[in-house]
Amino acid sequence: MLDGYGPMLFKGLTATLGVAVGAYCIALVLGVLGATAKLEGGRVTKGVAEAYTFVIRGVPELILLLLVFFAIPTLIQSIVRSSSPEFVNFRLELEPFTSAVVALGFIYGASATEVFRGAIQAIPLGQLEAARAYGMYGRVLVVQVALPQLLRFALSGLSNLWLIVLKATALASVIQVVELMRVANLAAGATNKPFTFFLAAACIYLAISAVSLVCIKFIEVYSFRGTEQGAK
Amino acid sequence: MRIRLRYLFAIAAICVSLTAVQAQTNVRIATEGAYPPFNYVDAKGKLGGFDIDIASAICAVAKFNCTFVAQNWDGIVPGLNAEKYDLIFAAMTATIERRKVVAFSNKYASMPFRFVASNRVADAIAAAPGTGIDQLKTALKGKTIGLVTASTADPYVRKKFEGVSTLRSYQKMSDVLQDLKAGRIDAYADGALGIDATFLKTATGKGYRFAGAPLTDPAYFGTGVGAAARLKDTELLAKVNTALAQILADGTYQKIAKKYFDFDIYGQ
Amino acid sequence: MNFGPVIDGLSVLLQGLAVTLVLTVSTLLFGLLIAVPLAVARWRGPKWLSSLIWCFTFCVRGTPLLVQLFLVYYGSGQFRDELEAIGLWWFFREPWNCALLTFTLSTAAYTTELLRGALMAVSNSQLEAGFAYGFTGLQKLRFIVLPQAFAYALPTYSNDIIFHLQATSFASLITIEDLAGVASVMANKTYLHYEFYLTAAAMYLVVVYSVLFALKRIEKSLRRFLNPG
Repeated sequence: MLDGYGPMLFKGLTATLGVAVGAYCIALVLGVLGATAKLEGGRVTKGVAEAYTFVIRGVPELILLLLVFFAIPTLIQSIVRSSSPEFVNFRLELEPFTSAVVALGFIYGASATEVFRGAIQAIPLGQLEAARAYGMYGRVLVVQVALPQLLRFALSGLSNLWLIVLKATALASVIQVVELMRVANLAAGATNKPFTFFLAAACIYLAISAVSLVCIKFIEVYSFRGTEQGAK
Repeated sequence: MRIRLRYLFAIAAICVSLTAVQAQTNVRIATEGAYPPFNYVDAKGKLGGFDIDIASAICAVAKFNCTFVAQNWDGIVPGLNAEKYDLIFAAMTATIERRKVVAFSNKYASMPFRFVASNRVADAIAAAPGTGIDQLKTALKGKTIGLVTASTADPYVRKKFEGVSTLRSYQKMSDVLQDLKAGRIDAYADGALGIDATFLKTATGKGYRFAGAPLTDPAYFGTGVGAAARLKDTELLAKVNTALAQILADGTYQKIAKKYFDFDIYGQ
Repeated sequence: MNFGPVIDGLSVLLQGLAVTLVLTVSTLLFGLLIAVPLAVARWRGPKWLSSLIWCFTFCVRGTPLLVQLFLVYYGSGQFRDELEAIGLWWFFREPWNCALLTFTLSTAAYTTELLRGALMAVSNSQLEAGFAYGFTGLQKLRFIVLPQAFAYALPTYSNDIIFHLQATSFASLITIEDLAGVASVMANKTYLHYEFYLTAAAMYLVVVYSVLFALKRIEKSLRRFLNPG
């Protein structure tokens, strides 16, 4: 039925998951950095973060992906090369997989920034004041009090972001990563059965989404324990 | 806690320096992977084809350590200039337009360019008055022509058929052929060898054939298929040319060519 | 950077922008027309209907838009003869129709779910008051529920609008000459990829933020429908 492209579809699936997880992690890191930059940064840092989310929100992912994929490595290369004579042959060696992960992570870091910013601002001030009154500062304050609450407020945004990143990996087919969409495209071209293969790919994406939703439900129940709402 | 911009830069610099700084004997070669028999991706996901084999032979002679990557056709030249790889071996014809942005090696194959269409449309073209490109223009007036973006035939067909026919741009050859089969386009112009191998010689290509005269305007169709490199990499190209001359002389080229083509692919 | 050819090609780019805008507006309009009855059915309809609609929205929201687009466009090409036999080929033949269909279903699915959430957020006392005044179901919907629901839904719906505005760029991958498509064709003609893609990006930026600005104003004026406090 799948003309022997089954194993390759499976490989595409693993690549999809790999890109999604990698990009999601990078997005989370950038999100935290961006949110803190926007809330507590100096004028310049704040400006950079604002410009970052401004641009990414306004430009389609397809165009962003192409620009980031080609422009960022060139930019970094020229910065490093001009910074010092010994780096004049500096090369950024990134294969398509890594490039896709970095590009998508960079793009969705902007959404993550907004999620974290909203979540940080949503933590009731009273909680932090009470913690400080009890003598909790710094790391203890963040880990014991702020972080669990942060997770609660950020959860819906972050779980939404995961589903979005998962689907965005299909764009990586445009920059030649052999993930699920690209495999379906190649197989469709080779066998002249586009409907079969794109349908198969769609079903696989659906399955991953379903599994993700179940996991998200579990995390939701866990993080909302002890609150009035209980499990949503 | 204020985040200073310099800390962000420091983190970025550390990340960047952790990626490899490499020496010059590694050569990364890009190909499309969607243009059989020159380059394709097999069912196991590996790149293969005439381009790959010739490039590997050249690398062996020139003592390069070669790795291959696949790249979408419309991004293959920008990728070269963005230093994502060093050479392109992708059945790319050395045209005058392309020579403005990349440098080409000596030719390693010849590629004729033709229109392909259903038998019905091909008959209409054959019956139209005139010869050469004018005959095609008369017959295809008001019809739809498919092209692969940035292919060799693309600028020529755009120039000649702008305003005469509707033009549609596709990402790769198999996409255009699917739409040709579905009847969304009436004709498709591109390298004849790829179309022949993947379409006309297969069951799906029944009822289709090449139509009209071959497209040969030298200003657009250049001097054969060559490997592309950045304009400044003259040394690399010189090594490629030397290696190419050697495999042409010692029979390696002919052996590889016989695997894929039953006629002389090198041409005049 | 050489922006000369970009300036020369500006009129063509603007034509592409017009195509993008027409596609977006049509998509959103049809999507909304479909989504409102579906959302109402999800909210107050029979269980089996609600589940059926949920299946639809789940399938659409759980798969990438790009896959859906290729499925419809190239997939329909595979069944050309069958479609012709039942008289539907004329529709699927045109890439514009395929794009319109795919994008409309996509926004319909997302909008249905978010509208349903908004409908559930309208407090029951409103409906009881309507019942007390003798409003029929349809009147309650039109005068009480929907205005409030739209007011609640607008912030999230704005995200959907922006998402689908940007998603129209996928249409360039099935030969439609929208802004992204035109930029791509011209970039490949002139080998000025950065210049054209940057220009296209800038044009998208202007459109997106104009739309967002307009939406913010609408949001403000709709707030009068919401419960005080």
